[in-house]
Amino acid sequence: MELSVKAGRKFPGFSLDMEFTARSGRLGILGASGSGKSMCLRMLAGILRPDEGRICYNDRTFYDGAAGIDLRPQDRNVGYLFQNYALFPTMTVAGNIACAVRGSRAEREERVSEMLSRFRLGGLSRRYPAELSGGQQQRVALARIMAYRPELILLDEPFSALDVYLKDQMQAELTEQLADYDGMVILVSHSRDEIYRFSSELLIVENGRIEEHGGTRELFQAPGRKVTARLTGCKNFSRAERCGEHAVRALDWGIMIRTEREIPEDIRFIGYRAHDFLPVWEEGPEQEGGGCGIKNAIPVGLKNIAELPFERNYYFRPLGEGASSDVLISCFLQRERWKEFDEKGIPRFLKLAEEKILFLR
Amino acid sequence: MLEFLKSLDWSPLWISLKTGVAATILSFFLGIYAARKVMRMPGGRRSFLDGILTLPMVLPPTVAGFFLLLLFSRRRPLGIFLYDQFGIKVVQSWLGCIIAATVISFPLMYRNARAAFELIDENLLYAAQTLGMPDRLIFWKVLLPAAGPGIASGTVLTFARALGEYGATSMLAGNIPGKTATISQRIAMVIQDQDYESAGLWVGIVLLIAFLSIFLLNRIAERSGRRRGSGRLMEGRKALFPSFGKKRGGEDEEGEGQWSSR
Repeated sequence: MELSVKAGRKFPGFSLDMEFTARSGRLGILGASGSGKSMCLRMLAGILRPDEGRICYNDRTFYDGAAGIDLRPQDRNVGYLFQNYALFPTMTVAGNIACAVRGSRAEREERVSEMLSRFRLGGLSRRYPAELSGGQQQRVALARIMAYRPELILLDEPFSALDVYLKDQMQAELTEQLADYDGMVILVSHSRDEIYRFSSELLIVENGRIEEHGGTRELFQAPGRKVTARLTGCKNFSRAERCGEHAVRALDWGIMIRTEREIPEDIRFIGYRAHDFLPVWEEGPEQEGGGCGIKNAIPVGLKNIAELPFERNYYFRPLGEGASSDVLISCFLQRERWKEFDEKGIPRFLKLAEEKILFLR
Repeated sequence: MLEFLKSLDWSPLWISLKTGVAATILSFFLGIYAARKVMRMPGGRRSFLDGILTLPMVLPPTVAGFFLLLLFSRRRPLGIFLYDQFGIKVVQSWLGCIIAATVISFPLMYRNARAAFELIDENLLYAAQTLGMPDRLIFWKVLLPAAGPGIASGTVLTFARALGEYGATSMLAGNIPGKTATISQRIAMVIQDQDYESAGLWVGIVLLIAFLSIFLLNRIAERSGRRRGSGRLMEGRKALFPSFGKKRGGEDEEGEGQWSSR
């Protein structure tokens, strides 16, 4: 299974420039709103024509600007699940599914009833889309796509229209329905949870370009770029200045960080996740060269607290030397650790665990 | 009364209905075709052509009639050509009635169809394409039904307008009893003759047809509304489940739940 894309298109004020080769069956595309990730899907489906480039899937060429090849969407055999599902409003559930099947009447009817039962839509076959709930609509849209037997499935923000409770249920259902599908599935989303749950290979997209490409788990664990870290949920960043092989200055936090790991030459930012801080209440012994005496700890002052059902978010100001005054440090506490904070009060330092520090470009 | 109805020349009713139906059929196809064509044009040309196609709606019908006369008169090239080559006579003929009614009613069909097509979610088109449906099938099965209510109301309005056409018809087709005399023209004539009895009858008939058209229009709107989820049935559901049928947000909806643990 191989999808290779090298295609771009210019718009006024925005240019899309995608280049990647994906080989895994479950590819995620993570990016912020307006980063161009949906446009990428549209180019794959043939709805949006690139200005130039080449798009190949397995042994088929979808588009080749130089050779003048541009397969119509009808000829690409690609299933596209739209964000709003795009069900045909004037047709019943059965009618919608039947639209995806070519062939004799008997064949169509057979495939439609097969899909109705597989997607548990039997009782709804004569309903119109407007009479269905969001989850049911999505099921119909998916049944319609599967009835088409596509070689490649594109999911464009499939869960963004559902409420939180339904979202979880539909994610499980989608995963189950696609479990034995043997073509490639591409999920586009701005939700890291969806992407993490679903994909094994990941593209990070920003400003119409691919910023990073790798295994999903690896990229979540060790993002190389600041965008990736931010999109995978890292909340705290500081500009970084390398001061040697094992020392780097976190400019915005006003501290020197010393590490066992070697610091990459091209480091530009330090990232640290809000759940990984180790709070410290007492000052350590005075050390030469200033500092608070605790290795890799940021002296902080509390700004405010937000309490959520399962979590408490503390926002601190860094008080290190030369720390910038408009930076906030987010420190999130799971419920189990609330007690410690309630007893000891607000910590004066936040210590960074070395293995959790992200060196970013 | 019965005597009066029996003695009446009913030909204007049939001529009007025939003309209305013929003009509606012509406008229906031409209007939809023009709507699709104009929609796909680049901006500048689109506005220009749209202006031309809408002109008959805003011009006084007599002005439109004047231009039609200019075009089809048997002393002008096109009129001479049509008559000499095919023996077709437009001026002072039923064909003239149809052409006048079509030209005047066409913009109603065209504009309604265009508005209806423009309202369709373009993802419907894309979904149909990615499901492998041929273009022709997409148009007839997906786009046209989705634009259905707008097209239906355009058709009814077109019919009503074509039925009542007076100005352009009287100039192009004239008022020949039994041949080109439509209801509207007959009303004008009998009033000139101070035959208020006949005038009243014809006015009544026109009122009835006009009312039936509007009634039909409302029925269409209601029925399609129910199916699309804006009718009464759906109102009930919305009251029960507030999130039901909620407009789906675009990409701007940040999916980062506040409870997410990562």
